[in-house]
Amino acid sequence: MKQLKSIGLWVSLLAVAALGIGPIANHSASLRETIYIIMQVIVLAASLNILLGFTGYVSFGHIVFFGLGGYVGLYLINAQDWPLWSAALAGGLASGLLAFLLGKAILRLRGAYFALATIGINEAVRAFTNNFDPFGGPIGMTLNFKVYNSYGGAANALWMAYYAVFAIALLAVVLNFVVKNSKFGLGLMAIREDEGAAEVMGVITPNAKTWAFVLSAILPGIVGTLFFFKNGHIEPGDAFRLDYSIEMLVIVMLGGQGSVLGPILGAAGYEGLRNYLLTSPLFKNIQLSVAGALLLVIVLFIPAGAVGWLRRRVPIFGKVLA
Amino acid sequence: MGNLFIASLIDGLLIGFVYGIAAMGLSLIWGVMNVINLAHAPIMALAMFGVYLLFTSLNMNPYIALILIALIGLIGGVIIYYVAIHRVLSAPPLSTLLATYAVNMIMIGLGTATFSTTPRNVNFTLGSIGSGDLTVQGTRLVAAIVATVVTGALYFFLYRTRPGKNIRAVANNRAAAELMGIPSSRVLALSFGLGTLLAAVAGGLIATFFPFTILAGNAYQLKSFVIVVLGGLGNPIGSLLGGLILGVMEGVIPIFMPNSWVPVLEFILFVIILLVRPTGLFGAKK
Amino acid sequence: MTVLLSVQGLTKQFGGLQALTQITFDLPQGQILGLIGPNGAGKTTLFNVINGVYHPEVGRIIFRDKDVTGMKSYDLAHMGMARTHQIVRPLNELTVRENVMVGACFGRENHNLGKAAGIADEVLGFVGLDSRADQMAGSLNVAQKKRLEMARALAAHPYLLLLDEVLAGLNPSEIDGMVQTVRKIREQGITIIMIEHLMKAMMNVSDRIIVLDYGEQIADGTPHEIANNPRVIEAYLGDSSLANQLLEEE
Repeated sequence: MKQLKSIGLWVSLLAVAALGIGPIANHSASLRETIYIIMQVIVLAASLNILLGFTGYVSFGHIVFFGLGGYVGLYLINAQDWPLWSAALAGGLASGLLAFLLGKAILRLRGAYFALATIGINEAVRAFTNNFDPFGGPIGMTLNFKVYNSYGGAANALWMAYYAVFAIALLAVVLNFVVKNSKFGLGLMAIREDEGAAEVMGVITPNAKTWAFVLSAILPGIVGTLFFFKNGHIEPGDAFRLDYSIEMLVIVMLGGQGSVLGPILGAAGYEGLRNYLLTSPLFKNIQLSVAGALLLVIVLFIPAGAVGWLRRRVPIFGKVLA
Repeated sequence: MGNLFIASLIDGLLIGFVYGIAAMGLSLIWGVMNVINLAHAPIMALAMFGVYLLFTSLNMNPYIALILIALIGLIGGVIIYYVAIHRVLSAPPLSTLLATYAVNMIMIGLGTATFSTTPRNVNFTLGSIGSGDLTVQGTRLVAAIVATVVTGALYFFLYRTRPGKNIRAVANNRAAAELMGIPSSRVLALSFGLGTLLAAVAGGLIATFFPFTILAGNAYQLKSFVIVVLGGLGNPIGSLLGGLILGVMEGVIPIFMPNSWVPVLEFILFVIILLVRPTGLFGAKK
Repeated sequence: MTVLLSVQGLTKQFGGLQALTQITFDLPQGQILGLIGPNGAGKTTLFNVINGVYHPEVGRIIFRDKDVTGMKSYDLAHMGMARTHQIVRPLNELTVRENVMVGACFGRENHNLGKAAGIADEVLGFVGLDSRADQMAGSLNVAQKKRLEMARALAAHPYLLLLDEVLAGLNPSEIDGMVQTVRKIREQGITIIMIEHLMKAMMNVSDRIIVLDYGEQIADGTPHEIANNPRVIEAYLGDSSLANQLLEEE
């Protein structure tokens, strides 16, 4: 059983690695940009999975951690001359800190109330950033182009950001696996199944939920800094996009919530489909509608997501797919 | 200052009625079937375009157009219910969220392909009443009146008619209502239809005085969330009061600080209410 | 005999409803205390208050010489209190073994996963669910789910076990099995409070019985005393023939 479980981890890591190697082998900048986004989505979806899949809390405004990390990181690079790595780490920690401060309060809310609260927080932070002058208010911040020079020029800096997001995607997968197979994770899954019963059995639910929230916030903060460093510009509308947040929910659901492989399948599937639809002459104008229709079909007919479907159809996957 | 304050207050109150019925649609659906309708935004936006098209291409009076749009909203809602909601109603909450979001994507996608994202406006005016600082646009006044009438009609429907009473019974306890022989799926479909009708009417009214794009519904959907929480999830009359509060905030706050602070205060209030009084300002205390 | 649990003047209201009034008793270590009363008498509410799910308006709860009034259920679990639920609450999408591991991991002894898995297998053997360990808990039938509730509580190695109608809905042979299990648990030195509707089983297994009616404690004594108590016969049993029947069964 133990070995089978770790096979699941290796399958997941291999899947991410196989995706990530492509652009490096081809030296293709355009492929790199495509895969960059998939890697970022894997990080965001896998992080969300800790809260949504393991703990059972539907966070709609999870993108607030990505945006906040981006803002904090870019501010430190631009205004305080911090190196990228420390800035990204600080972005992640800032997001983790926000999650910690909010956690005890909003994780008391359940179901739709929690979902609404996370929307409210994302919108409040977005609206506040719009008014916050150190972060450039509604105009946002543009990275001083000279910053790239210390990373060997813009082209090099973009590759560096890619390697970093690739590594963090692998880390996110490992984090998912470790949490899922830990005592902490068992407590989270008990909360997901029946929070009251978990409490009676001794799970300190407020703490467990808060730490799950914090864990699910840190990596999005780090990739937020990386993305807006690569992008060269950040503004409230791009940093705190509610629809991007909902896309992450869709991706976790597509792949199969609560599994380690799920967010990877979901990310690759969703982004792959989107790229196909965007470039297909037949669908490009109505790509959003086609994606929506497919989502609807999946929600209605394959509610357990891709991993759940595979597990049921092919028994051996039931044991292997973590 | 005095006049400006009163004018802002009146403007805010009038728009608040319209916000109120938009939120009422969301609240009704939540109250009856515990579904957060994420297709609220595109329904409002499409209703705006509906009024716009009927007005510009058929020269139809916007308020006549509104009646037609309301009907389409009702039928559309019933269809959405049977296609997207019915099957996942008893699945985990995430399923209904994703189902309504999928409907959102489909509608926005088709809407964008048809109308692009350029802003439109309905070039229609009813003049204004009052003088100097104290003027009120006619369209806004009529919108507030229409919203009030719609609220009254909804209440009459819910409390005085058989289908309305069925809706309340199902909202109260679906299993018990089914045992009493109330056909719950038809009642749920009707409730969803009424919810989208309200969203459509609100959208159509907004189109008579504000410019809009196909994405304009998103902002109003967020406002509806705030209002619904202020008034109490599942409490339609609370939604109207919540709408008025939000309208007044939007009217009055800009007198004291930059307009861009309004959403900050709105959403902070929203989160605080969720935390301290999740049943809403007017709901019963737990 | 040392007192494990002391309940002193507990009062609990829901809105205008008086759910519990001035409940008072001491429970010595190693006893089985039966809690009986008509539906709605407040038995499960009393469990919920003892267990920290609800907090009482008035009164104190002393558990292992410590005032635990107002503590959270997870704190009480850590101190050695475990319970089952009248309406079973399995963690459906986890395996039976994982369900029981939650009890071992987060209960009194705070084990790591490896140790907890060992305890889970042991306890599952004890309640007779070992063959189901790798099944999802949601796929069990009701009798098995009741055993799972019991296994989860036992895996915490508690000092005090609250059993809420573990016999309800079981067939006669399942009931006999469960009664045997309860006796065996007591032999391990675990103190038990049990709520039950089945008089015969209750009279058989309890050392002492408390009767609740409309949230009030109307009698407290040995099974024999309870069966002869006129207030109990009047309030709870309704007619004396039933009481006689009970005594005969005993």
